[in-house]
Amino acid sequence: MHSQKEILSTINMIDHQHLDVRTITMGISLLDCCSDDVNVTADKIYNKITTLAKDLVKVGEDIEREFGIPIVNKRISVTPIGIVAAACKQTDYTPIAIALDKAAKTVGVNFIGGFSALVHKGMTKGDINLINSIPSALASTERVCSSVSVASTKAGINMDAVALMGRIIKKTADLTADKAGFGCAKLVVFANPVEDNPFMAGAFHGVSEAECIINVGVSGPGVVHHALKKCKGQPFDVVAETIKKTAFKITRMGQLVASEASQRLGVPAGIVDLSLAPTPEKGDSVARILEEMGLEVCGTHGTTAALALLNDAVKKGGVMASNHVGGLSGAFIPVSEDEGMIEAALRNALTLDKLEAMTCVCSVGLDMIAVPGDTSAETLSAIIADEAAIGVVNTKTTAVRIIPAVGKKVGEIVEFGGLLGSAPVMPVHEFSSADFISRGGRIPAPMHSLKN
Amino acid sequence: MKAIITVIGKDTTGIIAAVCTLLAERKINILDISQTVMEGFFTMTMLVDLTESTVAFADVSDALNLKGEEMGLVIRIQREDIFDKMHRI
Repeated sequence: MHSQKEILSTINMIDHQHLDVRTITMGISLLDCCSDDVNVTADKIYNKITTLAKDLVKVGEDIEREFGIPIVNKRISVTPIGIVAAACKQTDYTPIAIALDKAAKTVGVNFIGGFSALVHKGMTKGDINLINSIPSALASTERVCSSVSVASTKAGINMDAVALMGRIIKKTADLTADKAGFGCAKLVVFANPVEDNPFMAGAFHGVSEAECIINVGVSGPGVVHHALKKCKGQPFDVVAETIKKTAFKITRMGQLVASEASQRLGVPAGIVDLSLAPTPEKGDSVARILEEMGLEVCGTHGTTAALALLNDAVKKGGVMASNHVGGLSGAFIPVSEDEGMIEAALRNALTLDKLEAMTCVCSVGLDMIAVPGDTSAETLSAIIADEAAIGVVNTKTTAVRIIPAVGKKVGEIVEFGGLLGSAPVMPVHEFSSADFISRGGRIPAPMHSLKN
Repeated sequence: MKAIITVIGKDTTGIIAAVCTLLAERKINILDISQTVMEGFFTMTMLVDLTESTVAFADVSDALNLKGEEMGLVIRIQREDIFDKMHRI
């Protein structure tokens, strides 16, 4: 039998350190739902999702109960709708978003991702229609998440798409102004997106994936923070080792949940994504881990190095604990969703420029950041271009999830509620990037993309 | 299927008897028990076998939770696999 110490340490992690499985995400291919009519496609999509995912929530709850481990979210990702809807004669794909939303509500999942387009090299007719439908789709649905890939290491940066996405973000914010620009919290602009990401808002089911799969995202910033409290003043070798051991334990639990869910649903297990995903609750913050390493406030000098160590140690600890590691795997730094980041931003210790530097060494990008409502579309595009450049050159995923807070100025707070938290409006540079963005075209892929 | 039952709370008379009776009524076999009392706090961990159990796992879990509430304790049951995976390679 296990020692009492082992048993109680697991129970402590769950009860007091917010250990949980953040999401079980079912990936569903919608490639067989194509038709030439948007309403027919929407019906087929609704029927397919509600058939395949009908037991997802129940199975999640059963596993939660039997293992005593909270599974916070049950979600669905689908094939990018820009591909699925390309054959439709209509140009507005909003009816498909509404069908996705309805399906999510029917099966009881809180988010469904995949109202997406992959345009890192060029845009098809279907992609353009999809992108133009994003503002109305996000304004008329609650649970649908959207993402657009505008850059990749192999293709470079599609600057026409970057320019377009600045305008789409503005429009989405305007259409959801009554809900603090909530639509933009469900919209991610990617470089090098992954096809098996279980986390929202950027999840979609890539075309190279199987018909239906189960991906699991584990979390546990609180557990890592707690473990580090025991190595105060110790050298970084000890810090890295402690994070690795903790990440291993967390990931093993995620792997167990993935195998169980896969077996019970009769759906193959895809990957386990070992990401430290914070929530706005106290004791569940990535910023506090960085501060535990010796920084007075997250965002001060040393933050990038601390995050680099954390991100790397999480991967190293987790990789042996799962038979297929995938997704984004690393540390997330969504400002509004992390209690420590919110405080750091309020104290002006954490700025947009520092966050950009941090995204060079962690698994995502500028995430859940509120900027003044009068920020121009060109400035938003330029922020996206910078972030895409970091992803493209460093052969990693980067993303921008930014919310122009309509009617709000620097220092004011935007409240999203729930898991999405609240964000202080951060300043952007006031000098124009308009002429840079208006050039359009494509920034060529970097030299190291030519590996063949 | 094997599971671990943990009982945590203020020490009172009859905790073990109450939990063991509840399990016996449902034909759940106890394989191992370990307990400590630290500063008046009672902690018991119990390895049980549910192979012969007459009720579903969820019902055992509910009954234990309820018994815990009655006695002012936290009683939970979790499948053993989670501890295996976390603490054994």
